[in-house]
Amino acid sequence: MTDKEVLVEVKNLTVVFGKGKNKFTAIDDVSFHIFKGETFGIVGESGSGKTTIGRAIMRINEVTEGQILYHGKSIQGKIPKDWDKEITQKIQMIFQDPMASLNERAKVDYIISEGLYPSKKYKDEADRQRKVRNALLNVGLLPEFSSRFPHEFSGGQRQRIGIARALVMEPEFIIADEPISALDVSIRAQVLNLLASLQQQNHLTYLFIAHDLSIVRFITDRTAVIYKGKIVELAETEKLFAHPLHPYTRALLSAVPEPNPYKERGKVVEVYDPSQHSYDQNPPSFVEIEEGHFVLANEEELVNYRTSLKMEVNK
Amino acid sequence: MTPKKSRILVIQNLVIQFTLRGRVLTAIRDISLDLYKGESLAIVGESGSGKSVLMKSIMGLLDKNGSIKQGRIIYNAQDLGQFTTEQEWLGIRGKEIAMVTQDPMTSLNPLKTIGKQIEECVVMHQGLKGKEAYEETLKLLTDVGITDVKKRYKQYPHEFSGGMRQRIVIAIAIACKPAILICDEPTTALDVTIQAQILQLLKNLQQKYGLSIVYITHDLGVVAKVADRIAVMYAGDVIEVGETHEIFFNSKHPYTWALISSLPQLGSKGEQLYSIKGTPPNLFQEINGDAFAPRNQYALKIDFIERPPFFQISDTHYARTWLLDPLAPKVDPPAALQAFFAEGRSYAND
Repeated sequence: MTDKEVLVEVKNLTVVFGKGKNKFTAIDDVSFHIFKGETFGIVGESGSGKTTIGRAIMRINEVTEGQILYHGKSIQGKIPKDWDKEITQKIQMIFQDPMASLNERAKVDYIISEGLYPSKKYKDEADRQRKVRNALLNVGLLPEFSSRFPHEFSGGQRQRIGIARALVMEPEFIIADEPISALDVSIRAQVLNLLASLQQQNHLTYLFIAHDLSIVRFITDRTAVIYKGKIVELAETEKLFAHPLHPYTRALLSAVPEPNPYKERGKVVEVYDPSQHSYDQNPPSFVEIEEGHFVLANEEELVNYRTSLKMEVNK
Repeated sequence: MTPKKSRILVIQNLVIQFTLRGRVLTAIRDISLDLYKGESLAIVGESGSGKSVLMKSIMGLLDKNGSIKQGRIIYNAQDLGQFTTEQEWLGIRGKEIAMVTQDPMTSLNPLKTIGKQIEECVVMHQGLKGKEAYEETLKLLTDVGITDVKKRYKQYPHEFSGGMRQRIVIAIAIACKPAILICDEPTTALDVTIQAQILQLLKNLQQKYGLSIVYITHDLGVVAKVADRIAVMYAGDVIEVGETHEIFFNSKHPYTWALISSLPQLGSKGEQLYSIKGTPPNLFQEINGDAFAPRNQYALKIDFIERPPFFQISDTHYARTWLLDPLAPKVDPPAALQAFFAEGRSYAND
């Protein structure tokens, strides 16, 4: 796990909305990196800032402080035109709601090639059509669909069109913001499988933003838990699920219902109370407590977490 | 649960059809289902399976182009299916059968204080006035876990978070002391942490008021948490019904198998998650046999010809699949599912 190439690096990212009295800090000094080829998950409740991180990397939201590096090079502020063009193409996004994210008045053909036109990523008209065709086939849709309008498709099919639109740009890195929350259970499985097989075929890296932990566990390699604009814990997904340290992570995990009525009956849901920390006198920092496992804690809590880790290993 | 429990709502051979541009769509195809007093029944199915239509018919809220073609809905010795006037429904809707809807953002009036909105029901259905109604409203707010009730009474919906709003919607629903509460995807729009709180609240209220609750949902995690019994719906038909553990760990219908298999908890990383092939049937067309047959890898010839009857598995567990016929070949559920069944049952004795 150590020799991996870092694709995206986020350093001390802070995003502030509004000014003066209306100032609101959506992202507060967040740092993490994403390796090439992995699926990195961000989980948190609504309003925690998980989408803002994704949008900051997409350069939709402006960064107030900190840096975002892609292949080690900065992507925000004044950057050379070529580099700007390259990252616009290499970083793509899949949106949450397939009902709202497709242009109702455009045919699928146009929706998919919309990104191709300005970037001139095709030789001639025949080449463009071939690309659209391939993108559709890649996501399991028929090439004939390109002459239809979005309203002629079901939710799952629309989400596939959204994925095809991202794929046609031949991206390296895809930000998927709750790509399956709006879909039906049986369709979810199909779209998850599609995302996984596309990752293998095209060597993609995903940033997977979600609030459903059962899906995060299934698809991601590493996961960051975010609470009120701060990452409170970051680890390999299995480790995070096996040994959650931060009380917020524990509360979040305990709140997820499992498909087992016997277990659910006796379960006590932990509630996270932010006032349990004494951060006024003893401010926390983001510490690597064991290899690849980061947690936001102060000195006193770190001691506790370290002991609890030892306990769990001994079991 | 003893099989002798009293039935509060009985649905018999219900058929509901909609007319759309001259074509007839059969949304509910001959459903029979009982709701027992004090239980939680979960209705599970994909979108379009008819679970919401079924509940709307109980509330008298079917769209104008839809009607009950056959069958009965019996509550309190009355057949709700025969109701024609709004006046008749007003005695049932809200008063005896209340509903909590999916989206707390749109189900409250943004121009009225939440106190007034709850009081409205108290005045109308309980006949209380003035100070009495006010006191009752405060009591309801306390019941659904809202603090500082006197101040909250005067606030508008936009001053509350999603979870708090859902609590208010629940307060309105229980304001008239209904016997049956229908919760249509009550927590889909909420965060997991809030979801856990709301489900706990509903459970507490159920005990306190002796409510019978019907949950409509597609989230099997939620079902595992709250339901006593589960009815699985597919293409307008109930295809399997049983107690929660029977459906989770001993289901018999291939569609139920498929539904459970597509849970991400059953998949292992790096492998394909099980997904159901094909699409649900077109309800404009007449369905012969088992509606799931075209997508069913275990389908028998008879599945395409004749609709399977309910086969009894236990006192409480029934499934509509020909696989249970004594003459049918013995079919085992997929291996991953068998492992899930076995693991689940191992918790039974704890």
